Amino acid sequence: MKALHVTTAALALGASLVACGSAEEQQAPAQERGPITFLGGKFEAESVQKIVDAWNAAHPDEKATVVLLPESADEQRRKLIQNAQTKSAAGDVILIDAVWTSEFAANRWVDELTLDTSGFLPTTVETAKYRDKLYAMPVFTGTGLLYYRTDLVEQPPKTWAEMRRICDEVLPEQRDMSCYGGQFDKYEGLTVNFSEAVASAGGELLDASGQPQLTGEPAKQAATFLADGFKSGMIPKEAITYKEEEGRVAFQEGKLLFYRNWAYGYEAAQKTDGSSKVHGKFDVAPIPGLTGPGAGTLGGNNLALSAFSQHKQSARDFIAFMTSAAQIKAFAQTSSMPVPLTAVYEDPAMIEKYPYLPALKEGILAAKPRPKAVRYGDVTAAIQESAYAIVTGAKPVDQGLSELQSALGPLLK
Amino acid sequence: MIGIALYCLVPFYWMVVSSFRRTADIYDKSPFPSPWSLESYEAVFAADMGFGQSLVNSLVVAGVTTAVTLLVGTLAAYALARLEFRAKNVVLALVIAVSMFPGALLIVPLLKLFTAIGWINTYQAMIVPSMSFALPLTIWNLTTFFRQLPYELEQAAMIDGCTAFAAFRRVMVPLAAPGIFTTAILAFIATWNEFIIAVTMINDQARQTATVRIAQFTGAAKFDTPFGTQMAAGVLVTIPLVLLVLFFQRRIVAGLTAGALK
Amino acid sequence: MLSPTMVVLALVVFYPLVAALRESFYESGQRLDADGFVVEGEWFAGLANYAGVAQQRFMNAALNTTLFTVVTVALEVVLGVAMALIMQRAFRGRALLRAGILIPWAVPTAVAGLMWKWIFQADGVANALLGTEILWTADGAWAKLAVIVADTWKTAPFVGLLVLAGLQIIPADVYEAARVDGATPRQTFWRVTLPLVRPALLVAVLFRLMDALRVFDLPYVLVGPRKQSVETLSGLIWDEATRVHYGPASAYGTALFGYIAVIAFVFVKLLGADLLGDVRARRREGSARVA
Repeated sequence: MKALHVTTAALALGASLVACGSAEEQQAPAQERGPITFLGGKFEAESVQKIVDAWNAAHPDEKATVVLLPESADEQRRKLIQNAQTKSAAGDVILIDAVWTSEFAANRWVDELTLDTSGFLPTTVETAKYRDKLYAMPVFTGTGLLYYRTDLVEQPPKTWAEMRRICDEVLPEQRDMSCYGGQFDKYEGLTVNFSEAVASAGGELLDASGQPQLTGEPAKQAATFLADGFKSGMIPKEAITYKEEEGRVAFQEGKLLFYRNWAYGYEAAQKTDGSSKVHGKFDVAPIPGLTGPGAGTLGGNNLALSAFSQHKQSARDFIAFMTSAAQIKAFAQTSSMPVPLTAVYEDPAMIEKYPYLPALKEGILAAKPRPKAVRYGDVTAAIQESAYAIVTGAKPVDQGLSELQSALGPLLK
Repeated sequence: MIGIALYCLVPFYWMVVSSFRRTADIYDKSPFPSPWSLESYEAVFAADMGFGQSLVNSLVVAGVTTAVTLLVGTLAAYALARLEFRAKNVVLALVIAVSMFPGALLIVPLLKLFTAIGWINTYQAMIVPSMSFALPLTIWNLTTFFRQLPYELEQAAMIDGCTAFAAFRRVMVPLAAPGIFTTAILAFIATWNEFIIAVTMINDQARQTATVRIAQFTGAAKFDTPFGTQMAAGVLVTIPLVLLVLFFQRRIVAGLTAGALK
Repeated sequence: MLSPTMVVLALVVFYPLVAALRESFYESGQRLDADGFVVEGEWFAGLANYAGVAQQRFMNAALNTTLFTVVTVALEVVLGVAMALIMQRAFRGRALLRAGILIPWAVPTAVAGLMWKWIFQADGVANALLGTEILWTADGAWAKLAVIVADTWKTAPFVGLLVLAGLQIIPADVYEAARVDGATPRQTFWRVTLPLVRPALLVAVLFRLMDALRVFDLPYVLVGPRKQSVETLSGLIWDEATRVHYGPASAYGTALFGYIAVIAFVFVKLLGADLLGDVRARRREGSARVA
């Protein structure tokens, strides 16, 4: 019995403490300037740190500290949402995936921004907007590229049919080599590859008014391309377990003639220390499509201002600083991570350093964003569910697409 | 017997081998690394990684959790095993019931609570929740253990003039040493390996535990997974536990001397 | 003597538990206003969040969870008892062997998951050794096997260690008596050792059961989220929670809680006498049976 009393007391204690939590909001308006924290990912940490150091040197009273988020995108998202739910000021400036902008804006977890985006590639700016208002600034970008073997292929294919034809010619003389690979494991990468296929067939997942368009001809062509690819062995069956890295390794081992990947794979495949069997024997091109060059899916990350920041003015200035032309150019000098600034793609010195830049720019400008949705998590889960069933052959193309069409409807209201 | 040893060790061996490969040939299948390389270990201990500090944090959190859990749990277990009171089985059932709730759901309410009382980025924010899984195990395990020890020993001690508490401390605790040490090791390992609580409650890199740091060893580019670094860190995190087991294994397998029981 | 225990558990378990229970009856964060902002606040939703419990996805997850639990716990008991018997023996180098057996339990789960994922990759070492081309980490029956192998590897030492502690408490004279009575090693094991370690073994099984019913991280790391063949109830809850569906997540959590509670109750009810009973009576019985 005594034990029970203690329990109740502790519960009451807990409850009252939580009630106190909301009192924070009523505090006097926070000072707009002061030290800030930048919650960022580990990747490109060194190059990012250089920008932060430059900021700190110029703003001794508003120093920024970089705190690293967990590795996987899912973990990052969970952590950021937890911070938002507890109205935590743990991060003033946060790095969010380009597809989270709508969700974070709609939940008022991030504040609207007023910054000049004129020098940026238009498609990347689009990912930072929610209902035509700017809620973030693009900082990293990228889209799918077709990696191909220059020693076996003279001209990269422009269409899927061309790609198949080249494979039919080349593959019989190669051992243990498959035609094409992408990311087909059941995760965000599958959404990217599937929407890329639909866009490359001339369609889109959602039309301009936000209605799903999966029963149309392009979606059907795209789904058939992937499903038949697996069935015929044009896409190797291991590709069902591929995320970026598994496929990259297969390409470097010479097991794939064509591979769809982001720009980051270029450096690794170019290494001469024995890890890559294809260095000097490959190049990148825009991805192929149904009747002509395809359209990639836009990836990337944006910088956003946490609604719970205590030093919002400093945070705004920091975002402006980090996305200024000077800093982005400096960043691009030390990192192969694609940036959203148009000027970088036109700089001859940069092109010499990263020969894939023209192909990449072409790809990014043609790229389609993934569906914009407040409930993006549900949308991508639904897409993965159906796309996975289609590529594994568990469901016929028509059935999979019509199920997806009806699943997406209610999520996009 | 050899089969079991192989089953236990071969996967771990593969982990060790992989940790000694160069990043470039991490996908090799040869049974020995060629060439041997400390590249992964250097990456783990690179100054800005703070891996050393995170090991210390893990040690503090797991050590304190284990010590407090044992202290609290041993008392509770002794009471449950020896004293007669009506709600006894209810308490035991309660203890086990609370350890059943899915962890994913406990996190958000706890996070809100700890935010409100300013515990975020503190050791206690990891230690106290960790007790929620260490404590039931300790209590159940030790209750069973104490029950198996014969009553006559404490009676003898009390006849010799010991108080109940002295009897507990001088007679029962030493006798139950294998059980207590086993429980301690289990609690320590469970806390040492804890991830979800640690990653949720701590934003500050200086307070992060080793398991959380490992998860943040990402490659240079967004998508590459530095298997080698993670394997090396995994090996490093496992070694203290192996040493601990080696050190305490005499205690775990102390064996009761025949004299003590007769 | 019990109050410190109760305070700790109230703080870190009862309080969140009540919060989650409450959450399971509410809806939040799903409505948008005209400007496209999420409407703050929450609405009482009755049992709406529990609707998913009857659906195929939940049922499939429940089945997977049950299958994994039954198979892994059974394997772990057999392996764990074998490990305990080996660890107890006296021979040169046993300290190393003991440490070796405990290594899998000491490897952090997240790292163990990565390690197995890597072993089971399409072009990984498992396929190389077996000469097969199985896609262990793709959705399908092989993925189930991969999860079972990895989980058993990781947790059998836990059972082994608890059983070992139980073995230590068996007085040498019991074995002596069995030997004098001419019992074969096999008889000694079945009639003396096993009955006497039963309480320790049952505690180990009880905890493994409850852990296994909540298993989440291994299938998640090894095969991935939302893979039908390996999705467990905790995985489903996790998936809902990360998509900010706290209502359904809490409802499923409550359902899982109920499921585990029933299993634990039945287990304790059926075997409670062994778990909690007076062991000395049985100890005498054990030696008597051999005689």
